[in-house]
Amino acid sequence: MLIWNILLDTLTQGSIYFLIAVGLTMVYGILKILHIAHAAVYTIGAGVGLAVFRMTGNFWLALAAAMLVSGGVGVAIYRGVYYYMLDQPRIVPLITSVGLFLLMQDLLQKPYMMGPYQHAFPAQDVFPSITLPWGTIPSAQVMILVLTAAALGLLYILFTRTRLGLAWQAASQDREMAGAVGVNLNRAIALNFMLGSALAGAAGVLVGVFYNSVYATMGDVPSYKAFVVIVLGGMGSVTGTVVASFILAFAETILLSFVGYVLPRDAIAFLVLILILMFRPRGLVGR
Amino acid sequence: MGYLISIATFACIWAVLALSLNILTGYAGQVSLGHAAFFGIGAYASAMLTVKAGWPFWPAFLAAILITGLVGGVLGLPSLRVRHDFLVLATMGVNFVVVAVFKYVAFFGGAMGIIGIKKPTLFGMPLRGVWFLLLAGTYLALTLWLSHYLSRTWAGLGFATVREDEDAAEAVGVSVPRFKIYAFAIAAALAGGAGSLYAHFLGSVFPDHFVFVESIGIMSMVVFGGIGTLRGPVVGAFILKALPEYLRVVGDYRYAIYGGVLVLMMIFQPQGLLGDESWLWKRVKDKVRR
Repeated sequence: MLIWNILLDTLTQGSIYFLIAVGLTMVYGILKILHIAHAAVYTIGAGVGLAVFRMTGNFWLALAAAMLVSGGVGVAIYRGVYYYMLDQPRIVPLITSVGLFLLMQDLLQKPYMMGPYQHAFPAQDVFPSITLPWGTIPSAQVMILVLTAAALGLLYILFTRTRLGLAWQAASQDREMAGAVGVNLNRAIALNFMLGSALAGAAGVLVGVFYNSVYATMGDVPSYKAFVVIVLGGMGSVTGTVVASFILAFAETILLSFVGYVLPRDAIAFLVLILILMFRPRGLVGR
Repeated sequence: MGYLISIATFACIWAVLALSLNILTGYAGQVSLGHAAFFGIGAYASAMLTVKAGWPFWPAFLAAILITGLVGGVLGLPSLRVRHDFLVLATMGVNFVVVAVFKYVAFFGGAMGIIGIKKPTLFGMPLRGVWFLLLAGTYLALTLWLSHYLSRTWAGLGFATVREDEDAAEAVGVSVPRFKIYAFAIAAALAGGAGSLYAHFLGSVFPDHFVFVESIGIMSMVVFGGIGTLRGPVVGAFILKALPEYLRVVGDYRYAIYGGVLVLMMIFQPQGLLGDESWLWKRVKDKVRR
């Protein structure tokens, strides 16, 4: 029973980490930008999803709208901001990203956006709960697991079987060279931002439904937690991100169930991060 | 008037923080997003020495500088193994862990922090208002002098070599680990002194004063003003610390404006407001030359 709970918690939490962090990994892989504003995109996704869900009552419509809008916001951030600083020292886009995050999160907190409240997202029964001989998976968790698996499959096909995936790989190895051999860099990077941001928006909706709460500062924790994931995953490696998401979720779950509450979850995550960096300075899966 | 003096005192303290981060990041090239941790360690060291151990202000102030410098040297150790973006994340992690320790270890007062920290005294007279501003201003002047002095010493050259190319630095016999640890220790010690002043100015310290967002704020001041220069971090700190106070009058949008200013600045003037190649600084130089 305990093992089942740990497994389920790890899978759910790991899926959430993965959906948030994969966009960051994709952006980092190509542009080498630590895209902190990604967390605000995640919150926007949750907000749009909730608004559409309230209007139509249809979860799938809400999810689609959330992905569409946050994907659009992601492209806008790239074309409107990062595009102008690709050749600057890395600290420039980093500070920009922090500024964007402050700007977006402050606007989201305004009364005409989300206000300072938590909003319920009552879409828990879209999927049936699954009862197995050794335990039950509640419907909200079925939703997260199924949709993450779908996203994983989609990403796998995109990265390994399409020209776009090839373009992404080329650009992440050497952006200038990729451009020189005819990769349409602007299109590839914009699509990269769009997909990563859309997945973050979807993660926002899923987390909102899972905890039945959507609020303006929900991006605070993922804004830095996702970085732990991408460092563990070797920065810019999608496979590494998958592995790291589940390792982090597993470590946290184990610590919480066996050691109990010594330090908050995030401090543990960062302690693990520092230790790992000391021994593996380029991440767990890094080259 | 009292309000203006408080804002000016805060601006001085943050100018020291910005200058100290500038030594680490601008001179030695080690990007840190955990500087508020050193600020907090200094504040807590000074607060605990005066409140719990009953020390007077001045020895506690010096001890805070020393302790934070030592801790900074130790926390700089990851930088010997970890470079670039990984270092950014490691320093970020240090910030989270330090704040969590302050918050969850009862010895440091937990989430309730430490209260009842006395104002510093000079010749038996408690320093408040203008006098405290003078103290903070003096510390800022000392920090400025030290930054200037450092940039003209052997250590300053060492920092520049480490910043520009670590491998080349090793090749010509510059000990990269030594200068990295120096930079971390000096930057931390200066920030620790700022923390001590902050604790005694407010009369209380809480873990939430030293969170990650504060580190971002300090870094923003350095970059906004012009990294690597002396004028930049000071001007950046005064503008970005005082502006939100002023904007509070304008409306509820101060964080949005703060963020927006940073973004626009980075798009149009990535060298900072007063960096060596910036529009404004060129104008100023032209005017002076004429």
